[in-house]
Amino acid sequence: MKTIKLIYPLACMLAVTLGTTGCHNHQVGKVTALPNSNPGTIGEIPPGTISSAPPMNNPGETPGSIPLASPDTFDNMTEDRAALAAYTIHFAFDSAAIKSGEQASLQSVAAALSADANAKLLIEGNCDERGTEEYNRSLGERRALAAREALAKDGVDPSRVRTISYGKDRPTDPDHDAAAWSKNRRDDFVLLHPKAGM
Amino acid sequence: MKNKTANLIQIVLPIFLALVTLNVCRAQDEINISTTVNVMGQTKPIPVSLEGFTGAAADVLKFDLYVQGFSLVAPEAAQYRISGSSVGNVEGQVTDAISRQSKLSPRSYTSASLRRQAHAFADDIVLAITGKKGIGQTKIAFKAQSENGAGEIYVSDFDGHNAQAVTRDNAIVAAPAWSPGLLALYYTSYQPGNPDIFYHNLSTGERRIIAKFSGLNTSAAVSPDGKRLAMILSKSGSPNVWVCNADGTDFRQLTFSPEDESSPCWSPDGQWICFATKIHERRVLAKVPAGGGEVQRIPTSGVSNPTDPDWSPDGKWIAFTSQMGDFSICVVPAGGGTATVLVSGQHPSWAPNSRTLVLNRDTGYRQTLSVLDVMTKQVKDIGRISGNDSQPAWAKQF
Repeated sequence: MKTIKLIYPLACMLAVTLGTTGCHNHQVGKVTALPNSNPGTIGEIPPGTISSAPPMNNPGETPGSIPLASPDTFDNMTEDRAALAAYTIHFAFDSAAIKSGEQASLQSVAAALSADANAKLLIEGNCDERGTEEYNRSLGERRALAAREALAKDGVDPSRVRTISYGKDRPTDPDHDAAAWSKNRRDDFVLLHPKAGM
Repeated sequence: MKNKTANLIQIVLPIFLALVTLNVCRAQDEINISTTVNVMGQTKPIPVSLEGFTGAAADVLKFDLYVQGFSLVAPEAAQYRISGSSVGNVEGQVTDAISRQSKLSPRSYTSASLRRQAHAFADDIVLAITGKKGIGQTKIAFKAQSENGAGEIYVSDFDGHNAQAVTRDNAIVAAPAWSPGLLALYYTSYQPGNPDIFYHNLSTGERRIIAKFSGLNTSAAVSPDGKRLAMILSKSGSPNVWVCNADGTDFRQLTFSPEDESSPCWSPDGQWICFATKIHERRVLAKVPAGGGEVQRIPTSGVSNPTDPDWSPDGKWIAFTSQMGDFSICVVPAGGGTATVLVSGQHPSWAPNSRTLVLNRDTGYRQTLSVLDVMTKQVKDIGRISGNDSQPAWAKQF
């Protein structure tokens, strides 16, 4: 009886061993941390939920909460790419946060809009090549929206501002190094004028 | 006490060893234990030999079998011998090399091309040996983009042959997605001057805009029943996950974070939408009920910066891209867990067999499509259309 009792757990162990052979030998490939990423953060987030309720604050008080105006309101505008070309702003890797050093550029953009009540603004968000296409398309949009939110704080009516993300499809510098990447993580500002006769 | 233990070992060990032997004997008789270790990325391919096939038919058979977990070896080393001919039409049979018994009786094929016939034969071989339906006659969609950024959406056989452009937009295009069971795609095109989502019926040529809100409209993913779409819209102020009907009505916002969310995909039961987002400043995969509700993180231990999730048709796995300096194709259990890193590449899309993936990988700053068998890690590139071929989507219907 005692023997049978002992065989049972042993048989179970054997079954488990046979069933899982090889499962503990996953070869996780060489992990190279992205530049500027936090290597210590892998797998540390506790499982759980985050609230998916709509933000309770008034529009504009929290990032990502200023709805976009209808696309029709930007019909029949011509693009003036030169006017605000000097005020392109740049971003840190994997970030849509506006750097404090970019405030002067944003104020210049805001000033150009307040000087011409008929003008509108197109913000083009762009990324460097590190990152997948759809990740960058969303990140580029977030960068454009972050500038729009900052301009709203500077008094620009957000309904005058349109955003577009080009993801990683429109680099200004086609090279594949840190210098090129830092130039490509950017928002370009394009002044929009009503077409003549409109 | 020591004595007692020693006694027990003396009694138990022989019985234990006998059990081991018994187990294996019985297993071989009754449940046909596989001689391979069935672990993702570590499984040994099934050795087969090919005799009598030439040209395109031989190429097709080699490619189809390789990316479904077979290795091509000399007849002496084969577990199964595949023999036949491809003069005129493809004909062939499969014999078990050990038992010498027929595994697939002799058959011949008649259809438009030798390639088609060979794909059909490959599917019969896969079914006969593995019991699983083959993928030889399935299709993929992808984008082909020139150096200046303009591109078109293409459809081809899963091995890249018979590629056809389905758009003439000469614009940035992105994220093609199949409508299950239909020859129809959803995709993003910047042709209107904004990234908008289009529906395109490839049988009739009908094309219409599904989402053209201000800001970003992209990454359409069709629910398994074909009735709903998930996508990324930024109309409410941030790139979030939305759903709507397949015809572009009844838009509902599912996520409300201020982060840049991307690449929604459906669970095969239609209950969940998985996507890439940022929680507590870290890039993660998460899922939200398709009808709305709490967002739940899907842990991907061992890798960082996951994006591009795709849920396997059998519901068990989520394939994704991890961005860790280079891009890696990874697979994690659908409920989350430890990620298995497979090969370098991006944007995995499951074949209907829940075993093979199509992806794009960097070849000297150009993107090339590749087909990967996740069990054996056998991978083969497919021919390139233009500067960059990427974002492949495997049609899930058989």
